[in-house]
Amino acid sequence: MTAALAAPSPVGGAKTRINDFSIQVATVNGSGSQTANTVLLRAIFQMGVFVSGKNLFPSNIAGLPTWFTIRASAKGYVARKASNEMLILMNPETAKEDIAKADPGALVIYDEPLQLDKLRSDLAYTPVPFQKLVTASCPEPKLHKLVKNMIYVGVAARLLGIDMEEVKKAIAKQLKGKTKAIELNQTACMAGYDWAMENLEDQDHIKVVRDNKTQGLIIIDGNEACALGALFAGVTVVGWYPITPASSLVETFIEYAEEYRKDPKTGKSTVAIVQMEDELASAGVVLSAGWAGARSMTSTAGPGVSLMSEFIGLGYYVEAPGVFFNVARTGPSTGLPTRTQQSDVELCAKCSHGDTLHVNLYPGNMEECFQFAYDAFDLAERFQTPIFVVTDLDLGMQNWASKPFAYPAKAYDRGKVLNQQQLAEVKDWGRYKDVDGDGIPYRSLPGTPGGKGAYLTRGSGHNAYAQYSEKPEDYIEVMDRLKRKYETAKDHVPGPVFRNQGSDKGVLAFGSSDPAVIEAQDILAEGGLKTDYLRLRALPFTAEVDAYVKEKKVVYVVEQNRDGQMANLFRETYPEHATKFKSVLHYDGHAIDAKSIVDQITAFEQK
Amino acid sequence: MTTTTSATPTPAAPTNKLGFTKQDYVGSKSTLCAGCGHDSITAQIINAAFESSIEGHRVTKYSGIGCSSKTPAYFINQGWGFNSVHGRMPSIATGASLANRTLINIGVSGDGDSMSIGMGQFVHAVRRNIPMIYIIEDNGVYGLTKGQFSATADKGSHLKTGAVNDFPSIDPCTLAIELGCGFVARSFSGNPKQLNAILKAAFAYQGTVVLDVISPCVTFNNHDASTRSYKHVKDHDFPLHDLGFIQYSEVEEVDIPAGETEIVTFPDGSKVAIKALHEGYEPTDRFGAMKAIHESMAKGEFLTGLLYINPTQPPLPEVLNLVDEPLATLGEDLLKPSPAELDKIMQSLM
Ligand SMILES: Cc1ncc(C[n+]2csc(CCOP(=O)(O)OP(=O)(O)O)c2C)c(N)n1
Ligand code: SF4
Ligand SMILES: [Mg+2]
Repeated sequence: MTAALAAPSPVGGAKTRINDFSIQVATVNGSGSQTANTVLLRAIFQMGVFVSGKNLFPSNIAGLPTWFTIRASAKGYVARKASNEMLILMNPETAKEDIAKADPGALVIYDEPLQLDKLRSDLAYTPVPFQKLVTASCPEPKLHKLVKNMIYVGVAARLLGIDMEEVKKAIAKQLKGKTKAIELNQTACMAGYDWAMENLEDQDHIKVVRDNKTQGLIIIDGNEACALGALFAGVTVVGWYPITPASSLVETFIEYAEEYRKDPKTGKSTVAIVQMEDELASAGVVLSAGWAGARSMTSTAGPGVSLMSEFIGLGYYVEAPGVFFNVARTGPSTGLPTRTQQSDVELCAKCSHGDTLHVNLYPGNMEECFQFAYDAFDLAERFQTPIFVVTDLDLGMQNWASKPFAYPAKAYDRGKVLNQQQLAEVKDWGRYKDVDGDGIPYRSLPGTPGGKGAYLTRGSGHNAYAQYSEKPEDYIEVMDRLKRKYETAKDHVPGPVFRNQGSDKGVLAFGSSDPAVIEAQDILAEGGLKTDYLRLRALPFTAEVDAYVKEKKVVYVVEQNRDGQMANLFRETYPEHATKFKSVLHYDGHAIDAKSIVDQITAFEQK
Repeated sequence: MTTTTSATPTPAAPTNKLGFTKQDYVGSKSTLCAGCGHDSITAQIINAAFESSIEGHRVTKYSGIGCSSKTPAYFINQGWGFNSVHGRMPSIATGASLANRTLINIGVSGDGDSMSIGMGQFVHAVRRNIPMIYIIEDNGVYGLTKGQFSATADKGSHLKTGAVNDFPSIDPCTLAIELGCGFVARSFSGNPKQLNAILKAAFAYQGTVVLDVISPCVTFNNHDASTRSYKHVKDHDFPLHDLGFIQYSEVEEVDIPAGETEIVTFPDGSKVAIKALHEGYEPTDRFGAMKAIHESMAKGEFLTGLLYINPTQPPLPEVLNLVDEPLATLGEDLLKPSPAELDKIMQSLM
């Protein structure tokens, strides 16, 4: 190789960023780059460095551009960072644009024939002869495309100072047991590494240095975490319909069910999973299975929730339990189906026609995805109503480092269900009677013998005894009780989490915005603006949320949608404080980053 | 159309094998129009359930929205019911029947409920062979919304207002056969004997029964120019056979009628005796049945009876290899993996 390739050094001579940088890899969808990128991420993780990955992929099976960003952060920040210190450009289609957008001083690894080095003078270039290296390391031409990606992993490992043993381990982990593929990929990776050893000098721009931050942590995505929560919660009926980014929740569940949900005595299945014809049918299955006493769930995204909404209203009014995972994506309509957003806030809060109010859970990290999925089944049965667990593509499909999940030791809460004996003893049972004053009635399950407890569930007007009624007083009684039930839920849903710096200025966020808000809060504090951060974890708003709203002078509501939907819910719930809520928004389809939050809050403060 | 106990106290009402009287199978008082075909169907459901000694508490009734869909309130009060949303009864039946496979599932729907808004769910429920008797109370109109055409209305037929239907009708029975349904029947609310026999056989069947019952709407579709009026249907009803149903019993000798009778045996040992009234109709011949139904429809006739039968198809809970006990009542001990298992999963993610 020519000497010109050696020593890409950072332009501007900034000091080395150790374990604190972002890498963006630009490839073509369907080229197998996902494996390579995950290997790179895992290898850094195995070096003990806190790392997060974001896959920015198109709605396409193969051929369109895709980007993967890997962020290492010694401080443990895991939000997307808008600036990148290293670019790996493998896609000729986007290379020029990627260069144009690059941050000054970035290291650029690229495919030699692309000749990008003339485009800008403020970047440090490393052209790599990928084709030559591929041909030399892999005898099978049809595998060249896949293997090419592993070569950049080797080159990056060399430049960043990642131990190749960790890379090899990561490959073995990623390709679980596929011996031939493991060998092939490890060889390709080594070829990249060896070439870089021979031809490139050290760079001191960004480095990975062994640390101990990730010991004992797992890497998981939110869909898998939710699937595990449902597994441990003992879900028994699943009706679903495929949709990005929600499909992998059920698909992962199916894999786990194969292993963990077979009756050991008979080998028969303890869960029914049916891929339905659409989301309407999925919702019907969930609600009727819940009505009949099963723990039931579905997983969908915005378009599916829209379809389900007639049924959700029925579920609310007839009081049938069921768990609805909404892994939100960028709407409206098909929108950007492979991009993230929190734009179903109002949809899930009040899904359906008529007066409807739903309990919503908003996990903000992997442990909560697991725990809230578990809790959702208890809440559904306790409150006899549809429960939404709302995540988004960012939580659901991206890789996150997490503490291993704690065992959910709490016994299942099957709610107020009367069995045969209780039905025989109860004097004046009414399916919709508020016996305990908490708005939650007692139910019976179809098939209960003994000749008592049968009733007809109907979406039309009914009285406390489940009889058909159009009487105004009966209607009001049921609707007001439902409201009371919703109030009761305040004492059962997870309360908020605080990160206070001792300020009368509030920052309020939920779900996947959490890491960006934490980082933004630190940046703001460094600049002299202290804030108290409340992370909301559920609807309805609990007493702690009430107190916070009353106490703060201003509340910056951070959310990933255009219309400030959560802020709207706050203004509606706390009209006397309506002017306090200022919307900090991010809705371009990328995960929110700290800088966007800092910039918007700073602008508000300067007004 | 409720069965009222007679005013005289004696003699004691007859009981079935379970010791129940017919009164134990009734529901609330019907609120449908006097003379509505749907009420006659309700009466035969009550009779058949009583005569077949069905356990009332295991019966679960599902419906969509429509006059027809109101009827689950009018029979078998001992069972639970779920009157859901328009066109979505099949998914309600699917979820509940999976949650508890010991339930006896009866779905009641209308021609509007099943053949228009609910076509998607009808088709897929049949395909999955969910264990249920799926009754379509077929009057050719939307009764509850005051008489608009439904998708089963015959092309060229007239509404009371004079409006003409320009579109071909959809036939639930040939569609069900096409979809692989193993028990397809048609009857007429004005032929209680036939309907009763079909219903009794249906109770013994394990998968989806599609039963299209022509059921005149006396208020909106019983006029002279209608092809779903009592008179028109009576004149064009073409019963295929005399049906006898012999419920399986371990003690009683089964009495099979002699003669030209074909016997179809169900997996539980019950038998349907089919005595043909016309030559050449073979209810176990899928393609032959389709052909005969199409030919008769072209002549404006209603072939009624057991149109197609194949009792061997496994219902959905069997296809999914579910445990025998209801999923709904499985305990935490069986459902929740252990701490060691969680640990193993966590290790695999490190
Ligand atoms: C989503 C929705 N759209 C429309 C209606 C109004 N609607 C109620 S019943 C019905 C038609 C019922 O016709 P059919 O199923 O044939 O029952 P029938 O009354 O004839 O027995 C319609 C359109 C509704 N309830 N829900
Ligand atoms: S309107 Fe027609 S279908 Fe409805 S109850 Fe009256 S007769 Fe029956
Ligand atoms: Mg109708």
